[in-house]
Amino acid sequence: MELFTNQVLAGIATGAIYACMALAVVMIYQAIDHLNFAQGEMAMFSTFISWQLMQWGLSYWAAFVVTLAFSFVAGIAIERILFKPLAKAPVLTNVAGFIALFAIINSSAGLIWDFTIKQYPTPFGSAPFLGSQLISTHQAGMIGVTVLLLLGLYFFFQYTRIGLAMRAAASVPESARLVGINTSWMIALGWGMATAIGSIAGMLIAPVVFLEPNMMGGVLIYGFAAAVLGGLTSPFGAVVGGFLVGIFENLAGTYIPGVGNELKLPIALALIISVLVVKPAGLFGRHIVKRV
Amino acid sequence: MSAAEEVVAEGHQAVEAVPKRAMTLGTGTSLVVLAALLIVPLFVKNFIIFQMTMLLIYGLAVLALNILTGGSGQFSLGQSAFYAVGAYTSAVLMEHANINYALTIPVSAVVCFGFGYLFGKPALRLSGVYLALATFALATAMPQLLKLNFLEHWTGGVQGLVVTKPDAPFGLPMSQDMWLYYFTLIVTLAIYIFSVNLLRSRSGRAFMAIRDNEIAASSMGVNVALYKTLAFGVSAAITGVAGSLGAIAVQFVAPDSYTITLAISLFLGMVVGGVGWLPGSFVGAAFIIFVPNMAESISKGLSGAVFGVLLFLVIYLVPHGARQIAIMGQQLAGRLKKN
Repeated sequence: MELFTNQVLAGIATGAIYACMALAVVMIYQAIDHLNFAQGEMAMFSTFISWQLMQWGLSYWAAFVVTLAFSFVAGIAIERILFKPLAKAPVLTNVAGFIALFAIINSSAGLIWDFTIKQYPTPFGSAPFLGSQLISTHQAGMIGVTVLLLLGLYFFFQYTRIGLAMRAAASVPESARLVGINTSWMIALGWGMATAIGSIAGMLIAPVVFLEPNMMGGVLIYGFAAAVLGGLTSPFGAVVGGFLVGIFENLAGTYIPGVGNELKLPIALALIISVLVVKPAGLFGRHIVKRV
Repeated sequence: MSAAEEVVAEGHQAVEAVPKRAMTLGTGTSLVVLAALLIVPLFVKNFIIFQMTMLLIYGLAVLALNILTGGSGQFSLGQSAFYAVGAYTSAVLMEHANINYALTIPVSAVVCFGFGYLFGKPALRLSGVYLALATFALATAMPQLLKLNFLEHWTGGVQGLVVTKPDAPFGLPMSQDMWLYYFTLIVTLAIYIFSVNLLRSRSGRAFMAIRDNEIAASSMGVNVALYKTLAFGVSAAITGVAGSLGAIAVQFVAPDSYTITLAISLFLGMVVGGVGWLPGSFVGAAFIIFVPNMAESISKGLSGAVFGVLLFLVIYLVPHGARQIAIMGQQLAGRLKKN
């Protein structure tokens, strides 16, 4: 029993990483209706920017704020420059664009900062949290930040005019335009916010997985899985999905014989798919009804 | 919207509706391309023949994805898994059971058809991103499954298997590479003709009806579940044949040759060639074979970035892929004829 609770705790700790990433994935899905394959790389790039700023002597929080602002602006710029011209192109062409963006960012980060692993500081310290060996103060801090972020997003979308406008632009673009919402800029804003959230995720994840250009590969897959499991339309679902995927993964690694590190990912994905077969819109997603 | 349900109006399908006549080339153009494919290898070096063989093989794999996505509207990031199953079926049969390479190809088509059909069953309940995730999971799982200990006797584990390259039969005076090229060309032609006819048949019309509007298709009496799984099966079978040919051409199979990167390349090939335009598959295959090499030669350190920029250029200029160029060419030719 103790093994079980320990593994669940460890799962929650890794789940916090996935939850953070899943939140960013859902944000952009809300705004543009696609999964952005380059999201992880964008987060990685932002994290490198913050690392560079700290190397130049800024304090952690100063670098954090500057990076957040940079990511927000960069996200909007990417949308305006690269993806706005593709707005009328087929969806699959857009997906190809994400893959291209992925290649560009990954390769440039490799050239600028090379592929060696770098240490990344944590603002929360890395002592054991409340005497438990399995969860450190950093991981507890990460869970805290994820929950705060979620609450912030909830209030933003539920109680502000601009949040409402963004929701309208995403769900019924034609009608939103008719009531005077600039839907095109709402999409750009969505990109900005998603990139900023991604950068927070990156900066929180970096102390755990270490900083290098390929750090987000695995994390993004789990982030997608978590977002899909929770339901792509629900930020709350994304966070719950993140924790569930973390727990699944740890329990599968512990209890199913013959599952090493290699098979953890396929098993977690298989479980998620089994859930999706029963609940096709994810655990907390809205069911979409088609009008014929 | 306060209600728990969201209504999506008609016309938001993910894949464009390509009419079936627009899916192929005219007879004249086809014959010119065929003649070029037959004659060119006689005048070039072995390495270029090998690259042309790979072009046909990847072209087949992209064609398979095109039938699935462009034909029936289902999205897949798992094509690398079917490719791997085909490659391993051939490699294991050739190396462990000493079966002739040509005979292993129909076997891997059947095996992959079964695999794809069975995978299509649970995937029936998923669509769009959810289907993408499910197929993605298949693609990430496949290399790990091939490395499993209890299969190691057959698959060779992480090391993989070495495949013997066949000689030209009946004492024909050609190099191994050239024979393999013509062999691949024959298989490719057969599959291409089969695919064109499939899409023009009753089944093809059912695929397209499902792609354009699933509910309307089912109310017209199309058995949606059957045709969706059938599309998966056919696509997997063709991908499997491509995998078999690939294994014979490269003379080597190993789990890490068939990762998600391969599936993503095939997807890019489909987009560049034009979704739903079968001849475009081979244009797309050329893109995914040659452009990464080109990017590498432009800048070693930034090859990924160069590739990304080139890809962006292509999708800006022709968002509908090579199909768009073909259509423009046709219109131009039409105008010239009038004058």
